[in-house]
Amino acid sequence: MSAHTTDNGYKEMARLAIEKHGTSPDALIPILLEVNQEYGYIPVKALTEIKKHLNAPVGDRLIQEGHLFSLASFYHMLSLKARGRHIVLFCESAPCHVTGGRAVWQALQEQLSLSAGETSPDGKWSLVTTSCLGACGVGPVVVIDEDMYGNVTPERLPEILSRYE
Amino acid sequence: MMEVKVINKRALVLVSDDSESRRLGSQELLQALRTEIDRCGLANEVDLNTIVDVGAKNLLPLVIIYPEAVVYGPVHPADAGRIVKEHLSQGRVIEEMIVPKHQLTGRIAWLAARSGALPAAQRIVLERAGRIDPESIEDYIIYDGYQALTKALTQMTPAQVIEELTISGLQGRGGAGFPTGKKWEIVASTSGSKKYVICNADESEPGTYKDRVILESDPHSIVEAMALAAYAIGADEGFIYIRGEYQLAQQRFQKAIEQAQALGLLGEHILGTDFSFHLHIHSGAGAYVCGEETALIESIEGKRGEPRSRPPYPTTHGLWGCPTLVNNVETLANVPPILRRSGEWYKKFGTPSSPGTKVYTIFGNVNLTGVFEVPMGITLREAISIYAKGMKNGAAFKLAQTGGSSGSLIPASLQDTPLDFAATRKAGVSLGSGALLIADENTCVVDLVKVLLNFFRFESCGKCTPCRIGTQRSYEILTRITQGQAELDALDELLKLADQMVRLSNCGLGQTAAVPIRDMLKHFRTEVEAHIQLGVCPTGVCPMRVEAPAAEEMQPLASA
Amino acid sequence: MITLKIDGKTVEVPENTTVLRAAEAAGITIPTLCDHPDLTPYGGCRLCVVEVKGYRLPMASCALPVSQDMEVITENPALAEARRGILELLLSDYYDQGYEDGLGGSNELLHWAEHYHIDLEQAMAKQPRYRVDSDPNPFVWVDMNKCILCTRCIRACADVQGRFVWSLAARGAHTQVVAGAGTTMLDARCESCGACVAYCPTGALNNKMSLHLGAADRKVTTTCTYCGVGCQLELNVKDDKVIRVTSNSDAAVNGMRLCVKGRYGYDFIHHPDRLTQPQVRKYLLDGTPRPPGRGEWVTVDWDTALDLTAAKLSACRDIYGSNSLGILCSAKCLNEENYLFNKFARQVIGTNNIDHCARL
Repeated sequence: MSAHTTDNGYKEMARLAIEKHGTSPDALIPILLEVNQEYGYIPVKALTEIKKHLNAPVGDRLIQEGHLFSLASFYHMLSLKARGRHIVLFCESAPCHVTGGRAVWQALQEQLSLSAGETSPDGKWSLVTTSCLGACGVGPVVVIDEDMYGNVTPERLPEILSRYE
Repeated sequence: MMEVKVINKRALVLVSDDSESRRLGSQELLQALRTEIDRCGLANEVDLNTIVDVGAKNLLPLVIIYPEAVVYGPVHPADAGRIVKEHLSQGRVIEEMIVPKHQLTGRIAWLAARSGALPAAQRIVLERAGRIDPESIEDYIIYDGYQALTKALTQMTPAQVIEELTISGLQGRGGAGFPTGKKWEIVASTSGSKKYVICNADESEPGTYKDRVILESDPHSIVEAMALAAYAIGADEGFIYIRGEYQLAQQRFQKAIEQAQALGLLGEHILGTDFSFHLHIHSGAGAYVCGEETALIESIEGKRGEPRSRPPYPTTHGLWGCPTLVNNVETLANVPPILRRSGEWYKKFGTPSSPGTKVYTIFGNVNLTGVFEVPMGITLREAISIYAKGMKNGAAFKLAQTGGSSGSLIPASLQDTPLDFAATRKAGVSLGSGALLIADENTCVVDLVKVLLNFFRFESCGKCTPCRIGTQRSYEILTRITQGQAELDALDELLKLADQMVRLSNCGLGQTAAVPIRDMLKHFRTEVEAHIQLGVCPTGVCPMRVEAPAAEEMQPLASA
Repeated sequence: MITLKIDGKTVEVPENTTVLRAAEAAGITIPTLCDHPDLTPYGGCRLCVVEVKGYRLPMASCALPVSQDMEVITENPALAEARRGILELLLSDYYDQGYEDGLGGSNELLHWAEHYHIDLEQAMAKQPRYRVDSDPNPFVWVDMNKCILCTRCIRACADVQGRFVWSLAARGAHTQVVAGAGTTMLDARCESCGACVAYCPTGALNNKMSLHLGAADRKVTTTCTYCGVGCQLELNVKDDKVIRVTSNSDAAVNGMRLCVKGRYGYDFIHHPDRLTQPQVRKYLLDGTPRPPGRGEWVTVDWDTALDLTAAKLSACRDIYGSNSLGILCSAKCLNEENYLFNKFARQVIGTNNIDHCARL
């Protein structure tokens, strides 16, 4: 995460994202994905900067923060809340569920002392549920940051979690 | 150390075992087969099971052997030795014992139409998967790549391309099974100066990852197919909408586009002809509903993925209002092989009503999970026994769910139904995307359906009332059942909600959200009623008490 | 033109008309909540489903374009059952805190619920999900417990007013209407025109000033006095007091549109400081010298006031010349009145010093 969380940082981020993806309507979601990736979430101030940079009607409509906010809250890969240093994704779809996901989910919540969607007070963990990640062959699946763990059991969790600082 | 038992099931033997068969000695036959299989040391390789209601009284007891789908009958216990030795050990079909195809009736009549060759020889979609370097266009070209495009651009008119697809009988592999040739024809015949081709790679059905495998292992096949589609319908621009989580697939596809452009297989004047085609990747951002084609189009247009009202359909009013062809990845992957060879060639695979092969993903409580490609029309039992190498820990099969969350629940009684579009439709089952979730006897159907509805209430776009509120109410009722808090009339309420979702929803999401509820009450009503009337979850999965507050608090997003 | 049959009636309408509008043209009302003639069709609430020959499932008539020889059935027992189902679902997410909303105990949702004999008590949500009065906007009352997500407010703000204040946030069961980037209305560039309130079919958005004032006993159609556009509005009167201003689709000039002044700037009508008769300074009547602070006001009749004004203006012109006077007229006057002012300045006073405040 290289972008700065200052007014100028947001401005620069918005400028770069728009430069890369353009200003046509189909660029909106890619722009938001870019910002999300940079900050780990989408700060509302960044939405304002994107709006200012677009500054002209996109397609047949003028883009307001509200539209960007609406998009960001619709798509699951985009977050409007600041998240922890490590994001723990737990797949709660049926394939993982029938292969023991239920027990893993309970253990995960207990060991992190978090419920779905929460971030730990020290900013280390965010626990997020997700739909299928396409790794059903090795369910239950837990993804931490970029690392995917398959065939997870409650017993394996402490060791997996201990790998993260 | 746990003892590792090698399980390598490669054949499935079914013996008819209804009362008529028993009168004629099916039990003795079963015993004899089991003894012979054990004696030849094939217990780990052959699954032996029974089947009822096969009709054809004069052929009883009969024996069906998969994957060849051969039917022998009538079979006497004395024949057991020969069947095991010749067929199962030596791999020779015993021609003189085979029931002639025209004598197959009733539930097994479809076997007459099945082409029974071995799966390894029948890969079409995954032909190159694992054999080529997916990041090398040279590898693709060596393995017949871009031949179909060259042939089409230099020797065929767009109409001929569509004609060949129509002959092949290819049907959409995204779940609905719409004839692909017909879809192309509609877009081709719609007038419009600008048309688009879209490849739907927003594979989000839980348990489905066949498209990811195709894109990661053979991206050029989709580039080629999209160019062919564009040529056939008269488009010059295309999008592939790849699920946001599929980073590797996106990277490989991007590389494939660049390589194809560098060789003049994409871009202006492809292969020196007048045909131009530009291809872009659009990344999804995490929304199951965007697998619905109009939601996908809205999403490309930079909006929330809310499905449009239809008609008009995308074939006439699609991306930016232009005629648009939307095809699934697997569907497109079938196109180059069909055009390279012929539609007639393709028709030889699968069943007459559903030609070709199907790529399945199989997972759940089975020994081997993964992807496999077989001709259309294998049965569920076959998939479990042969491809998934049987149930894990020897547990009994309870139910399967086809096609991810939106598929049907298939009880054990339907596991001999062939998986093709026509037969599944007839059995009231949806084949869906080809995901096979196999659940064993330890699975509680109420708990499973609750998980599915939880999925739908989060993935519903929220636009239409039946889906947005119907999925939520259904989830609440199911939760109450698992908590032992429901009365019997809750089931009527569930059915009513299911009916509203099916009849009144704007798109397939709401319509299919009702399917698991209906299937649960159709096939597993006793189990559901046990929760309510006896206060017991037969599998011991459900808590049967209130653990947490049922209704969750919802706060306004507004900071004010 | 397209010809189709609705409930056996032959209807001819232009291409791209929706089935719901075509039915309307034929005098057939199809129940709807999310649809409104001024707004882009949405197809969300599904109350307007109809049966169309050739389609297996009921279709949302508000979003279905007519086609040649289409055959539509708008009401039968199955459709009524479907509508009841939709209304029950919507009501299960509708919570009424019990305050007097000034809508006379009804709104479009409750109207249709009553029409289809739904037991409101049983169908309505038992618990609120949102804080009532969740936005500090001085004119617009927000109670999302009554929101059915028809998105009329969003479309009204975007299509009619062009402000894009409202939008949908989140999805599925958590979908909700929010202002801007999850902020307050005013922070989201709201001009408090109240268009969202005017289009809301449930009272989730309501007129803050009119809450608790009950229903009107009559409506008076009149023209807004604020500017020269001449918007038509309806004064909602109760006990001879204006308790609310509403707009009306039939208004030729403005339709449902009004600005914040027209819709909410009516409190001057009954204000104690409002002048209803002319007043002049007492010393002018008495013909005495001007006291410090100019002295007290006295109420007089129009003739007295006008005579006095005419005398003072004439004196000015005669002593200091025509150009010592200037005339400022008002956008609140009619065109005819402003024309007369122009004549008055140039011909009666004899000056070109005339201007107008039409810079609203």
